[in-house]
Amino acid sequence: MILPGNTSCQGCPISLAMRCLDEIENPVLVIPAGCSTVVAGLHPNSAMKIPVIHVPFASTNAVACGLSEAYRLKGIKANVIAWMGDGAADIGFATLSASAARRDDLITIVVDNEAYMNTGTQASLSTFQKARTTTSPLGKEDERRNLSLIMIAHGVDYVATATVGYIEDLRRKFRRAGEMKGFRFIQVHSPCPPGWRFPSEKTIEIARKAVASGSWPLFEYFDCKLRFSAAGKRYLEKKNRIPLSDYLKAQGRFEHLSNEDISQIERAIDEEWRILKKLTLD
Amino acid sequence: MRALLTSNEAIAEAVRIAKPDVIAAYPITPQSPIVERLAEMIARGEMKASFVRVESEHSAMAVIHGAATAGARVFTATSSHGLAYMYEMCWWIAGSRLPAVMAVATRSIGAPWNIHGDHTDIVLLRDAGWIIGMAENAQEAFDMTLQAFCVSEEVNIPFAVGIDAFTMSHTAEVVELWNPKLPERKQAYRVLPTDKFAVNAVTMGKARMKARYDLALDLENSAKVIERTDGEFGSHGGLVERYRLEDADYSVVMMGGWCGDAKDAIDILRKEGHRIGLLRLRFLRPFPKKAVKELGGEILVVDKGNSDLRGVLGIEVSSCGVEVKNVVAGIGGVDVGVDDFCKIFRDFLNGRINLEWYL
Repeated sequence: MILPGNTSCQGCPISLAMRCLDEIENPVLVIPAGCSTVVAGLHPNSAMKIPVIHVPFASTNAVACGLSEAYRLKGIKANVIAWMGDGAADIGFATLSASAARRDDLITIVVDNEAYMNTGTQASLSTFQKARTTTSPLGKEDERRNLSLIMIAHGVDYVATATVGYIEDLRRKFRRAGEMKGFRFIQVHSPCPPGWRFPSEKTIEIARKAVASGSWPLFEYFDCKLRFSAAGKRYLEKKNRIPLSDYLKAQGRFEHLSNEDISQIERAIDEEWRILKKLTLD
Repeated sequence: MRALLTSNEAIAEAVRIAKPDVIAAYPITPQSPIVERLAEMIARGEMKASFVRVESEHSAMAVIHGAATAGARVFTATSSHGLAYMYEMCWWIAGSRLPAVMAVATRSIGAPWNIHGDHTDIVLLRDAGWIIGMAENAQEAFDMTLQAFCVSEEVNIPFAVGIDAFTMSHTAEVVELWNPKLPERKQAYRVLPTDKFAVNAVTMGKARMKARYDLALDLENSAKVIERTDGEFGSHGGLVERYRLEDADYSVVMMGGWCGDAKDAIDILRKEGHRIGLLRLRFLRPFPKKAVKELGGEILVVDKGNSDLRGVLGIEVSSCGVEVKNVVAGIGGVDVGVDDFCKIFRDFLNGRINLEWYL
């Protein structure tokens, strides 16, 4: 799906996630500006074995909608995929929201590395609370925006969180989305070695610590109900989680945190789980 | 069939005949009646297009960009702030060499707020790589919209059809609705799920510059296609209409709906014995350089859109190497009628105009 020798950084989570696109049949990829633009290949080369349409930031879901409509009218089978980072999800949020509200027949995949990495690690709405970025040098004051919860509120056909730390789970979610119709949304947690400041061989380890510490709940939402995924289900019970500091302190962006800071983040995480748990009820 | 139609309605009728696959639009005064009428036609089953209700003009242009990439015939319409808001995507659809048609009911851009007509919006498109037409009346709006689909798909360049706010968009005239058979949709490329190439990946070296050069060159050459197909779409004269210019010592250059009033003023002055005529620019891009260079005598450009103190057409015309007198008038819908044109033209004939704002 993605050729070796592509231009991604060492340990890049996006290229890992891109490999898994082979779970989706008849894909047509729409990519706005971001790390994925570079990873997918520089003209005249393409690192992808599927068609890629590069587009400006805020247009992604609208271009994908146009493609999807045209293929439908012409009877061409396609899974149009709006593949973006958290930056494009910020600047294109109105476009994304309208696309979801219309229930456009397409898959939106957000590879969320929690900052604007392609421009040099500036804070995004997804940036984890208290994380240092180049535009939040003292640590980001506000909590991250929970994009998947917002997408659930749109009443769409499928919402899932996934992580490059559990590839089988991620593949299963790509496959399920590819087999469905309607508006499908997957947010892929994507730990970024240079942006988060950890050694490039530790991408999977950090991704798994995010799940094990409760920082990245794994779930799927469809048929009006949330289901925690097997890979992360046990962390619903707080006693099963690793200490949050094990996850945070493995990253340079959190090296400044005090114990009190960590406790504050933990409270926010607990609140998130409390809300998610309510959505599992029949 | 003849019908009493506003230019907005005439454009909607032309779009119905062109049978687009995908229409995407966000409402804005004074364009809204175009897409409302199209939505009604679709609801009544008179046309089969898919109408995508978007949350912004940026997305309107992005939806038709995507649909055109997949090989669909596409249409949108906008005005003023809407055009400014979709500006980024106007560059992308042109740079991607995708055929598309957009109606622009030309309206002032704020601040301050003003919903009335001038050309400050449509001149924004000048550098984006679009064919830009400007109709004079509802019949020409109808004919030009049909020609737009034909030309755009021939040269792989998007085509904007301009009409003036309210004086055209909301003013009814008798229109001959004829029913041409347009060629099947064609375009340089389309992207299918079976393809394995990337469109618009990051370029290095000369690739971007080459693409920009090719677009500029093809835009220049689109004049030939516009002129060649002019006879099939109402014989309006190609890039320009020459009105009483044959023996003119004084030439006025203008574009848009107010040319009708200017022609009446020219008729009055002609009766008084003044040798004055009008070069009506039907296209801002490709710019009718040859027709401008052929003008004899003194030249006055009357503009409805300015850059600095100069009008935009004034700048364009003077770039052809001719000396230009320039009046900026009608900004924000300030009414300029036959009497006003008589006064402006008399001042021109008497050598009293260099660069003026008609306030």
